[in-house]
Amino acid sequence: MSALLAAEGAASPSFPILSAVVLTPAIGAIVVALISKRRPEVAKQAAVLFAVFTGALTIGVLALFKTHGAAFQMLDHVRWIKDPEISWSLGIDGISLWLVVLTGILFPIAMLGAPPHHDEKSFYAWLLLLEAGCLGAFLALDVFLFFVFFEIVLVPMYFLISGWGYDERKYAATKFFLYTMFGSAFMLVGAVSLAYLHAKGGPVTFDLRVLAEHQGVLAKTTERWIFVSFAIAFAVKVPIFPLHTWLPDAHTQAPTAGSVILAGVMLKLGTYGFLRYGLYLFPEASAWAAPGMVTLGVIGIVYGAICATMQKDLKRLVAYSSVAHLGFIVLGTFAITQQGLEGSVLQMVNHGVSTGALFLLVGMIYDRRHTREIAKLKGLQKPAPIFAAVFTVVMLSSIGLPGLNGFVGEFLILVGSFLTQRWWAVVAVTGVILAALYLLWAYQRVFHGEPDADNATFRELKLTEGLVMAPLIGLIVFMGVYPKPVLDRIEPAVTRLVHHVESNSDHREPRVAHDAERGK
Amino acid sequence: MLAEVQQLATPNVEYSALLPVLVLLGGAVLLMVIGALLPRHSKVPWHSAFAIVTALASIGTSIPLWFRVRDDGPISAVANAVKVDGLSIFLGIVIAGGVILSSLLASGYLKRERLEGPEPYILLLLSASGGLMMAGANDLLVLFLGLEILSIAVYVLAGIHVRRARSGEAALKYFVLGAFSSAFFLYGIALVYGATGSTNLSEISTFLAANVLTNDVMLVAGLAFLLVGLGFKVAAVPFHAWTPDVYDGSPSPVVAYMASGVKTAGFAGLIRVFVYAFSAYRVDWQPLVYLVAVATLLVGAVVAVSQTNVKRMLAYSSINHAGFILIGIQSGTIRGTQAALFYLATYSFTVAGSFGVATIVGRTGDNAHQLDDYKGLAKRAPLLAFAFLVFLLAQAGVPFTSGFIAKFYVIGAAVGAHSYWLALVAMLSSVISAYVYLRIVLAMYTDDAAEGTPRLKVPAGARVAIGLSVLATIGLGLLPGPLTDAAKTAVHATDAPGAASAPAPPATAQP
Repeated sequence: MSALLAAEGAASPSFPILSAVVLTPAIGAIVVALISKRRPEVAKQAAVLFAVFTGALTIGVLALFKTHGAAFQMLDHVRWIKDPEISWSLGIDGISLWLVVLTGILFPIAMLGAPPHHDEKSFYAWLLLLEAGCLGAFLALDVFLFFVFFEIVLVPMYFLISGWGYDERKYAATKFFLYTMFGSAFMLVGAVSLAYLHAKGGPVTFDLRVLAEHQGVLAKTTERWIFVSFAIAFAVKVPIFPLHTWLPDAHTQAPTAGSVILAGVMLKLGTYGFLRYGLYLFPEASAWAAPGMVTLGVIGIVYGAICATMQKDLKRLVAYSSVAHLGFIVLGTFAITQQGLEGSVLQMVNHGVSTGALFLLVGMIYDRRHTREIAKLKGLQKPAPIFAAVFTVVMLSSIGLPGLNGFVGEFLILVGSFLTQRWWAVVAVTGVILAALYLLWAYQRVFHGEPDADNATFRELKLTEGLVMAPLIGLIVFMGVYPKPVLDRIEPAVTRLVHHVESNSDHREPRVAHDAERGK
Repeated sequence: MLAEVQQLATPNVEYSALLPVLVLLGGAVLLMVIGALLPRHSKVPWHSAFAIVTALASIGTSIPLWFRVRDDGPISAVANAVKVDGLSIFLGIVIAGGVILSSLLASGYLKRERLEGPEPYILLLLSASGGLMMAGANDLLVLFLGLEILSIAVYVLAGIHVRRARSGEAALKYFVLGAFSSAFFLYGIALVYGATGSTNLSEISTFLAANVLTNDVMLVAGLAFLLVGLGFKVAAVPFHAWTPDVYDGSPSPVVAYMASGVKTAGFAGLIRVFVYAFSAYRVDWQPLVYLVAVATLLVGAVVAVSQTNVKRMLAYSSINHAGFILIGIQSGTIRGTQAALFYLATYSFTVAGSFGVATIVGRTGDNAHQLDDYKGLAKRAPLLAFAFLVFLLAQAGVPFTSGFIAKFYVIGAAVGAHSYWLALVAMLSSVISAYVYLRIVLAMYTDDAAEGTPRLKVPAGARVAIGLSVLATIGLGLLPGPLTDAAKTAVHATDAPGAASAPAPPATAQP
């Protein structure tokens, strides 16, 4: 690693900030792992320090980001393996920018908001390693490097679930690992095939931009096959119906911090994968697969919502709501319109913030009551009004109430998909209504009414917990009221992506979309 | 005719080129002599140290040869019966590395089991010399000679734990089945000789390039028998039945050598015979190897799932890995051979390290190999558990370990040869084996040890062996460049498949 770092400094003239973003938590993980087991408090402080520093670096990236640049910025490039050509190649654009920032913010929050009950040191070391993997996957501009990061995140998450999870943790962790690895198996074969076939006997490269910008090298059918192999991997990760069954188990059994990161960041690896390694890498095949993907997305919306309604466990309910929300993101992505894609990217961030916050709150309820069963919780509003208020804001954001962040994303997705996939958009709207149904109903059962003896002593939100929730609440309101700074940075990259797809496939964005764009 | 006889009488031996083998043989003989002089029970592990120094010397003599071969091309020795080229030197070093790792493991093991003495090391060195002979064989008879020297020593090694019935059982099983497979191999040689008129691999290759056989049943049957003989040594399905029993019963350090050194030697033979000598018959043997590879991958992965004994799990997983290496061979390309070489070099470390951990967890009596015996290992011996974790993740093909890069190259070779389905089957089989590895990881990390489990003692030799393997597994996962280059050089410093072919136009010949 140090050799990589040294070479990095030599290769790029200015400070390689993106490499620093990836390597800081990785180094942090090693440092924390080396701290004595008898000093858990030192391990925690060091871990939080590294996570906060990484967060600060991602904010730095945000500050340096050129708002109207459509191409990749802040490129880092160091050769890793000569033949086939594989590089430590990082770059950022409007699509990955906010996911990187979200990762940088969510990790310290998860660490502070949901501390483990035993083996602190290893817990924090795994979390930091996970952060490095997630950031690497979002920033990689090399198909091989992306795969490496996409796959490596399994290990820390596996240990987080199996080591600090609840009763069924072993089963859930194993299921999670095998499901995702099953998807990755397809992707590795696909990625290798892509690079070797693209080379046409010449030097083989895994450089994303080379592979994506030189379209038409592969036969159409071949390209579609390879797209399918990538899509299986992403579909498992998102997860898209019917490959979603690992998610409720993993979410429910994971420790709170694990759930926050799993929902907030890791699921985005799948949806981000669809944008970067689907639409960008295989524009023609993506346009070809769009109707099928949109259908699966909408099935996910409705199915996830219905399942969520029926859950007895609060955490499982939130987990199923993720299936529904990610269905929206898939719908927006494969509508392949300006608004749909912008909405998807925005909704990825929204979902990370609001579902992350929901999992934190559910974790707090469990810590106080040692149950997550909705039937056993009642009237929490009485003893803990502030807690209830915070829960309300987060829940409404998840439902998509105008004025909060969820609305902006869902609205853009619905507008965008209405242009190309009209009827599916109509069906998808029911998802919004169902979301209101299951969340409000759950809220009503948990917070309203007269608390019984067990619930009457429910502890109010502590100051530290409030401080952890505050940035999330702030983001929820800010992005709902004034999403412009966020959308401004997403827009150029999305426009470029839409053009990329249009110039390489039969797909055409409807005229209305452009007019609407100009009117904005 | 007379001139030929005289030539046979004085072949050019080229002793300098054979030094790596001679050093091992000489070391074995020397150890046999001085073994009687050194104390059997001593604080200083003389025997082990001697074996390690000998193996290091063999590697040391290989290095100048490596540069000579790289710059001036392959060397033929002993009337062209032995080839010293990139392939033989590379694999020779891997086999010698296997000797070093298992000697390190054996020193503590033999002391613990009260079996000290020079014999295991003598056998180990002898066996390795046979392995090196196989790696450099350019004649089917030399290959057979090497195979027998390699095998007979390992049969004895499997039974070296004299007080343990299962060790004897393993030796007997291995011996009977091994002798059977050797017979197949020998019959294969006879058939190939009948079809081509030679046992020399270069001559066979030249003959096949220059002539088209009107009836090649004998040749193809011979090839199939050769595949049986070599497939047995590398534990390819359906010639794998011995593997779990023998791996389970044999002393663990010996298994470390079986899974690294013996396997490497077997694959050396496969590469020499199939990829190089019979490259003209690719169309005939590729489908065969394809089927064997698929069966090996799937059986190795699926049957491992139902095991409860960690050594048996690792045995089946080694079968699965043999399937991966077979993919490299099946492709029949330069890239495939490179991938196989890379895989063998990295897997040797990983598997030797894994059985090193098994050696220690097995405790006195070498019997504690159930999954339950690994419970709570992370608490009892954190470093040992971490090392095993690294090996298991590498075998599962997790990034930043050498196992991932090895699988990546193999998949690349398969895709390069348009065997997409084979690549996919391989990756899916690795998902199934991942379940097996995860079971061990769960036992180590999330379960608690049973009451009264004794503390584990890790002898210094095992520490070094496992430490080296961890370093190699992670190091080659992060920076695979040097080994990749070495594998490439090895293949480039070897005559290309079919390069010995005469430029004469093909003529029809009757067998």
